[in-house]
Amino acid sequence: MNARTLLLNAYVYAVLAFILVPILIILPMAFSETQYLTFPPQGFTLRWFEEFFNNRRWMDATWFSLRIAALTAVSTAIIGTMATYALVRGAGSLGTIFQALLIGPIVVPHIALAVALYLFFQQSGLSGTTIGYVLAHTIIALPFTVFTVSAALSSVDPALEDAAMSCGATRFTAFRLITLPIILPNVISGALFAFIISFDEPVIAFFLAGIRDKTLPRMMFDDIEQNLTPVIPAIAVLLTVLSISVLLGAAILRRIAARNAVTVDT
Amino acid sequence: MSAAGFFEADGRRLSRGGIMLLMAPFFALILFAFLYPLLSLISISFLEPAPTLDNYQRVFENPVYARVLMRTLRIAVLVTLLSLALSFPVALAMAHARGPKAVFLAACVLLPFWSSVLVRTAAWAVLLQRNGLINQGLQAIGLTSEPLRLLYTQGAVVIAMTHVLMPFMVLPIYGALRNIPPDYGRAAAICGAGPLRAFWEVTLPIAMPGVIGGSILVFLTALGFFITPALLGSPQEMMIATLISQQMREILDWPFAAALVGVLTLFVTAVTLAFSRVFRFDRMMGGHT
Repeated sequence: MNARTLLLNAYVYAVLAFILVPILIILPMAFSETQYLTFPPQGFTLRWFEEFFNNRRWMDATWFSLRIAALTAVSTAIIGTMATYALVRGAGSLGTIFQALLIGPIVVPHIALAVALYLFFQQSGLSGTTIGYVLAHTIIALPFTVFTVSAALSSVDPALEDAAMSCGATRFTAFRLITLPIILPNVISGALFAFIISFDEPVIAFFLAGIRDKTLPRMMFDDIEQNLTPVIPAIAVLLTVLSISVLLGAAILRRIAARNAVTVDT
Repeated sequence: MSAAGFFEADGRRLSRGGIMLLMAPFFALILFAFLYPLLSLISISFLEPAPTLDNYQRVFENPVYARVLMRTLRIAVLVTLLSLALSFPVALAMAHARGPKAVFLAACVLLPFWSSVLVRTAAWAVLLQRNGLINQGLQAIGLTSEPLRLLYTQGAVVIAMTHVLMPFMVLPIYGALRNIPPDYGRAAAICGAGPLRAFWEVTLPIAMPGVIGGSILVFLTALGFFITPALLGSPQEMMIATLISQQMREILDWPFAAALVGVLTLFVTAVTLAFSRVFRFDRMMGGHT
């Protein structure tokens, strides 16, 4: 019995090492003085961060990606919350179609969507535009946001809105003053997921990018393919810090949401 | 606010008009930027140069492309099995863990989940390169006298893809397992079941929806995976996604690329429909908080 548990634990920690080691190895390389990526890193320098922040092309790509991600977060939160609200308030057969379509962007490979949009945007004049990227990223982020929002919405007692409406509030006012404040932490955390999904998205960006309008993941792809400079670990450090802070933010928001839910129940 | 009239429904349900209005942006987006572009791309594969099935005939009959399909299928199955073997014990440990250990395990699984696919692929490129850590290690323990060619091989693609896709396997299995009350194990023991039998007859059946869901998710994602094979794979051993990219961007044979997208999309849709009763994505992802 004990030997078995020990063996299982050893296996689990070996797998965790497999998961973590590649990430833990690339991060310190950001501070290495060598031109190429090597482990262990040699010396200590912030040169590669400077290179990233002082390079016009990296900066342009980063701002472009940040803008796309911010717009994607907002559009996903609005469209997702509207549709999810309709879903939990009795959408009937339309809801069934909605759920079936929502699985689409998860199972259809991004490469298929990327090629389809590449062609479609060329015909419709959307290629290279911010709105094109935002449309594409909203599609792939929506399922995640809908799941986050629906988790909160389905726990809101509809009687609360009924009460407000029987006091003369319109449905919209009831939603705005009663339901929205309760689900807001989940809406924001869904928007944050959408932000990260968009900011990290490499495949669609690979196909949609022209020569000038490259997103950060597209620039990273080119760098990794061509020469793999220590700028990549430097960006990895920055991305990891960003991801962790956004996820912590989302977790805190969900905790607030859980507390709200308890307050409403009692 | 002018739309407020639509929201005046009787009681808890929204009126039909209200539902339609609220869902309109979603359906417009899905039609405009998902269904229409995909279907019009696939229609090209049937219509150009003339109404034809030639593009599809080429996909299946040209040995070069048939091999790409078989290789893609083989790699996707291999990645799925490898992910399952690595993920199941981790999910089990997560489901049993309490307190700080549970947080630690969840963080280990989730950190890579939310770190960039490109960063993780670059990490494997560094590890597997000629003078990388793995080659250094192999030489140090005397398994090989000179560096092996590890990068740009199928092995590199399989390992890195498993690394990237593993969280999609851990989370659904964990989601299924964490609902097992600890009493079940004790009950099985009292009834005289050994640990192996308890695992086989109690744990495994409860984990099954997560195992199936996670396997389908990893398998489907692996089938169409682009970044890792493009950066770590050999150009002589393409997968379908890298082949689509090549046809699209270098050879500019759009009808043929469209046929490849058609084959991939139809296959993925068929698998999803076949497993639609067990493949409930919303439920599967409920575990990651």
